[in-house]
Amino acid sequence: MTEGLMSALYILLLAAFTGYEVICKVPVILHTPLMSGSNFVHGIVVVGAMVALGHAQTPLEQTIGFIGVLLGAINAAGGYAVTERMLEMFEKKKAPRGAEKQS
Amino acid sequence: MEQVIHIAYFLTAFLFIIGLKRMSSPVTARSGIIWAGWAMLLAVVVTFFWPGLHNYSLMIIAVVVGSIIAWVAAKKVAMTDMPQMIAIYNGMGGGAAAAIAALELFRGTLPNIGLVILAIVGGLIGSIAFSGSVIAFGKLQGLIRDRPITFPLQKILNLIIFVAAVGCGGALLSAHIPWMLPLFFVASLLFGVMMTLPIGGGDMPVVISLYNALTGLAVGFEGFAMENAAMIIAGTVVGAAGTLLTLMMARAMNRSLKNILFGAFGKEEIGSERCAMGSLKPIELDDAAILLAYADKVVIVPGYGMAVAQAQHKVRELMDVLDKRGVTVKFAVHPVAGRMPGHMNVLLAEAGVPYEKLFDLEEINPEFPNTNVSLVIGANDVVNPAARTNTSSPIYGMPILDVDRSTNVLVIKRGKGKGFAGVENELFFDDNTRMLYGDAQDIANKLVQSLKKL
Repeated sequence: MTEGLMSALYILLLAAFTGYEVICKVPVILHTPLMSGSNFVHGIVVVGAMVALGHAQTPLEQTIGFIGVLLGAINAAGGYAVTERMLEMFEKKKAPRGAEKQS
Repeated sequence: MEQVIHIAYFLTAFLFIIGLKRMSSPVTARSGIIWAGWAMLLAVVVTFFWPGLHNYSLMIIAVVVGSIIAWVAAKKVAMTDMPQMIAIYNGMGGGAAAAIAALELFRGTLPNIGLVILAIVGGLIGSIAFSGSVIAFGKLQGLIRDRPITFPLQKILNLIIFVAAVGCGGALLSAHIPWMLPLFFVASLLFGVMMTLPIGGGDMPVVISLYNALTGLAVGFEGFAMENAAMIIAGTVVGAAGTLLTLMMARAMNRSLKNILFGAFGKEEIGSERCAMGSLKPIELDDAAILLAYADKVVIVPGYGMAVAQAQHKVRELMDVLDKRGVTVKFAVHPVAGRMPGHMNVLLAEAGVPYEKLFDLEEINPEFPNTNVSLVIGANDVVNPAARTNTSSPIYGMPILDVDRSTNVLVIKRGKGKGFAGVENELFFDDNTRMLYGDAQDIANKLVQSLKKL
């Protein structure tokens, strides 16, 4: 078990560096979309909640598990929709930019 | 089957990182979220095949209901309300992490003390992120007063609540007392509420970003307890990235995190305020239009007021009309214009303002001295010269747009009130400043009409 915990700690360390590296050179205009994007990414919690609910036995456990999955699903789906809507704006921008160069 | 699930989780974590990386550049940003979206879908689908699970019907109902509610809400909400949507969805994630912690601790089947500690810490952080985000949502949505809510001995009371939460968490480690678990969560949730109440609306973006990082950490910790690599990696990446993002945002606003969390910024000040001298000078619409029409260079400074009035489309029209007359039009976007860094860029982009017309603070500030007209639309604190000069001002030291250095300043403003930070703005009393009172959309529309007639 200590071995498992240790390798998990290595994962933790490397993941932390990765997160730092990914963000460190972001332009200000992307701060909000990126915050929203990372908000979506931690929606992965829904997966853990599903497993926890899957192991629930008593009605109390089932209720807590159900709430967990519900909240996790809201996080994931809402986070995706919000981020996508915001980033759509960046995509659209290409058209007027191209048009302007031609004129 | 278990091997397949683990490989799928590995792939999910990999795609999340790639997705975030792509999201950090404007050109690839859109594809980033789509990659991450597929990764999430994959992870959810394979989890149904996890061996030894029950309650499938509950699981499906929860996933479907939660997704539909969130999806519909996210698609319907106005672009200006995005910040609070992020807050509430983030809070839900924190709540989910707390629920996992509650289940794991309640069952008491975690194999070793290390995992129990991680589950407890994750539960604490997740609960704080949950209740804190809900309060942040309430403040931005206008359900709760967005000025800081303070009372005597608040910090000491908050400290006591925090110590109580940690104490209950510690007690969970040693003895199995049935009422200790609910008490632990109640204290943690209460702390999240109490911690957020004294923070003003202006600082909310940074706080939401902080809670986002906290939720990430909570998810990571619960990932340990569940031995789920995808959760560990995704959660930790978000925790680290979110912390950095929080610090970057705070820096853009020239505020320290400590100040934001414990400073009760934006509280109505008593007495310390310097009285602005002179009077506010209104201007007729037609005169304003003439001023704009015969300028060589106009810099438009949009603020939250423009966003609230949904004036961005009219402002774009104004830009088009001026463009046609040969006036150089630029947009000066302050890092915290709108309510979050980058929020204003999104709103202007939505209205069809081309990317290369948007300039950030460092780029545009040297240009103000040779700008004929600066048009301030619903912005206040970000153009307040007090940030440069008045050391007693709560916004002193915040980088501002040097609008006051341009030849003429036109300010479109809804009323005579103060800005978000509750500070009087000397710019409005300047000799070369003229005020246009009214709804930003209405005024912009009328300006376009009179410009067309010229």
